Amino acid sequence: MILTNIESVPGMTITAQYGLVTGSTVRAKNAIKDFGAGLKNMVGGELKSYTELLTEARKEAIARMEQQAFRMGANAVINVRLATSSVTVGAAEVYAYGTAVKVEPKG
Amino acid sequence: MEDIIFLLILLGITYATGSIIEKRHYENIRKREIALIKKPIINFGAKKWNTNRKIKKIELVTGECVISGDYFKNFVASLKNLFGGRLTTFESILDRGRREAILRMREKARGANFIINTRIESIMINDTYTKDSVPQCAIIAYGTAVTYE
Repeated sequence: MILTNIESVPGMTITAQYGLVTGSTVRAKNAIKDFGAGLKNMVGGELKSYTELLTEARKEAIARMEQQAFRMGANAVINVRLATSSVTVGAAEVYAYGTAVKVEPKG
Repeated sequence: MEDIIFLLILLGITYATGSIIEKRHYENIRKREIALIKKPIINFGAKKWNTNRKIKKIELVTGECVISGDYFKNFVASLKNLFGGRLTTFESILDRGRREAILRMREKARGANFIINTRIESIMINDTYTKDSVPQCAIIAYGTAVTYE
């Protein structure tokens, strides 16, 4: 599956489009890691466990979007956008959306 | 009286740790930015991206970072808030976070010729702003990496 966040796939032509596909996920870390992050908060710096959480969430959201596109019969998703929002403290929502299309190599 | 002493000790410790961490982080960022100086990233190309050269690979690359300030920075900012003006202590946190996220994205696309249409998305995780809570900022940078044949 080809993913781009531009409105075309360079070097390929779009032959069919299937509409918007989305994927979202809300994830949280466990209480121990939250406590650790709270301590790290006092001294400053990067919160590694939360970065990990964000990475996992992003992967899952994109995977869900890909799955949906795959079921439609698409082989690429163009114009992918990622959005984040905070639901509660210590939880992150990542939302991915794009347009599912079918592409073929030029010429 | 005890409260004031405790606060001063806390401020002293967090000032020391915070500035050491920040200095190291900036050194690290500068080193990695110099290493990647020949790899351009651009934030246009969304509408039409045309090239005559053959393209081998196209992929979405992302970089994430969650960064927080420290107790001292927060304390200084809450004092500065009374008079207004630049909150330099928070500026440096956000600057570090953004640069780190962009660097992580670029490091994932090491083999690519360049990254087009870079977007940066950021959000405060800790939106319950009280005196004790320190801002935590989550940043996602993403773009399309293009590799020529």
